[in-house]
Amino acid sequence: MTALRAPAPPSPPVRHGAVESTASWSRLDRVGLALCWAAGLALCAICAAILLFMLFKGLQFLRPALLFSHPLPDLDQSRTGGFLDPLIGTFVLTLIGIAFALPIGVATAVWLTEYGRPAGLARAVESGIEIVAGTPSIVLAIFGLIIFQQHVFGFLSFTAQGGSVFGRSFLTAGAMMALLALPLVVGATREALNAIPAHVREASYALGASKARTIRRVLLPGARGGIATGATLGMGRIAGDTAIVVILLGASLQMQHGDGPPGYSILSGTGSTLTTYVYNNSPAGEGNAPDKAYAAAFVLLAIVILLNFAVGSIGGSERRVAWGR
Amino acid sequence: MGSLTEPPPPVRRIVLDAEPRVVEAPVGGNGNGNGNGNGHLRHAARRRDPVSPPRERMQIEGLTIAYGGKVAVNSVSLPVRQGEVLALIGPSGCGKTTLLRSLNRLTELTPTASRSGRISLDGEDVDTLEVTQLRRRVSMVFQQPNPFPMSIADNVAYGLREGGGRRRSKSDMRPAVIDALQRAGLYDEVADDLDHPALRLSGGQQQRLCIARALAVGPEVLLLDEPCSALDPRSTETIERLIVKLREEVAVVIVTHNLQQAFRVADHVAFMYLGELVEYGLADQVFGSPHAKRTRDYIAGSFG
Repeated sequence: MTALRAPAPPSPPVRHGAVESTASWSRLDRVGLALCWAAGLALCAICAAILLFMLFKGLQFLRPALLFSHPLPDLDQSRTGGFLDPLIGTFVLTLIGIAFALPIGVATAVWLTEYGRPAGLARAVESGIEIVAGTPSIVLAIFGLIIFQQHVFGFLSFTAQGGSVFGRSFLTAGAMMALLALPLVVGATREALNAIPAHVREASYALGASKARTIRRVLLPGARGGIATGATLGMGRIAGDTAIVVILLGASLQMQHGDGPPGYSILSGTGSTLTTYVYNNSPAGEGNAPDKAYAAAFVLLAIVILLNFAVGSIGGSERRVAWGR
Repeated sequence: MGSLTEPPPPVRRIVLDAEPRVVEAPVGGNGNGNGNGNGHLRHAARRRDPVSPPRERMQIEGLTIAYGGKVAVNSVSLPVRQGEVLALIGPSGCGKTTLLRSLNRLTELTPTASRSGRISLDGEDVDTLEVTQLRRRVSMVFQQPNPFPMSIADNVAYGLREGGGRRRSKSDMRPAVIDALQRAGLYDEVADDLDHPALRLSGGQQQRLCIARALAVGPEVLLLDEPCSALDPRSTETIERLIVKLREEVAVVIVTHNLQQAFRVADHVAFMYLGELVEYGLADQVFGSPHAKRTRDYIAGSFG
């Protein structure tokens, strides 16, 4: 043992930098590479500009009182209050929208990946989702208004004395918002389900489990990360939409109660969100209070960015859990 | 210079880690008859005499399976016995996995698959059995470790819960879970982590968890589809030992591309080629003195 001498240690490893020079590239390739760099850097610059501008303006005008006081109609800007109602409205509407979209979207994705027959119906469902995804939200809003002004849906908003249904409420706006979030939920869930290899399903069947149980106990937990990603993206989409709020939520300054028992009357009532608040207070809107618009826009941006970070962290932790193929 | 006459330490360590050769002689010489125990395989033989007397659990008669119009398994007849390990060997695409999957009717999941011939389990035609019942009696472990995204204990309890009445509480099932983990030789490694996610285990541990999961439902036949092909040699060895031990309790059928593995674990070997059963016999006979030329060629490594 001692007689053995280890061979002389080789000289310590030296890192050789990647020898990648564009000297040998054709001119066109070099121009292309430069454009790629330019595009990436420009995107970063634009993004940074938006963030910095909003941060600057937001911090300049944001006061804690704005977050906790109701908006008030007044000609004097110092007495128009804050944006508590739009802030609550954003949260309520987002939750209602995702509460509709999540179960329907997950169910659709499960049907498409695990059943998907007859094939013609599956194709129809797929293109239906694509069409919904491509429809401008203002079109959805107008459509929703027509639908929800029918008498059958009177309980969702409030019915005026003449019997005409108002059609605008958190519930009706949330239902249409769900259509915005639905394609994102379906897409992310399908992707996650497709990422589960077939042998995992077979392993469940091979233990005598039924298909329903396989879906419930194995596939849905396995697709948890994807479902959460879809839900978060969908919530970001809902929080950022304006057209549906203007048309279907009434975009009233304060939250107004609708028909029904207390609690429900909030859902069947009207209100506004940060997006419509920003719009109305911007120079384009009737409020014309850009300071408050900047402050509200900053809060909205912060909410959406936080949601995006949430997606990143969920996706990151789930990506490591994987089966072999 | 002169100090290098001895082998360097790493080589020596491998020699020390190998099993003592002494173990091999009595086992090989122990009545398995001719041409055995000559130690041409590096691992010590783990196989002992077949557990006596082997008991027939499944009978495959004239089984033909086709995908679309393409025949994957062509009129194969085989017995599956408890107390011994049956290895299905053959080149890729010879139909051995299809044959294996037909035993618990997993082939039915493939829309294009059609089947003729009879497969019986303890005398009952598998087609007459309710499919979830059948799959609890004929359980399966796959090529890739595939624990479910839940805790270790829940993985093992997965099949248990499916059975008997609803609502068995976790604590009720704990003993059965521990028993299955012990039979799969995993319990000592995970005793403190039963509530940890199963997907955090190493590959070899995951595969043993899958075996524990398959054993927990109390199967009569255990199907193994290349269970070691994604594992390192050490995990493979652990699982091979386990397979040899398990055959006392269940009939084991293993598909493998690894001929040495088939020789190490199997009592009977079936060699398939292009969907046909070419040769079936005792492992020592098939590997030692194969009757068919194709078997001889395959074992000698001239194709496949």
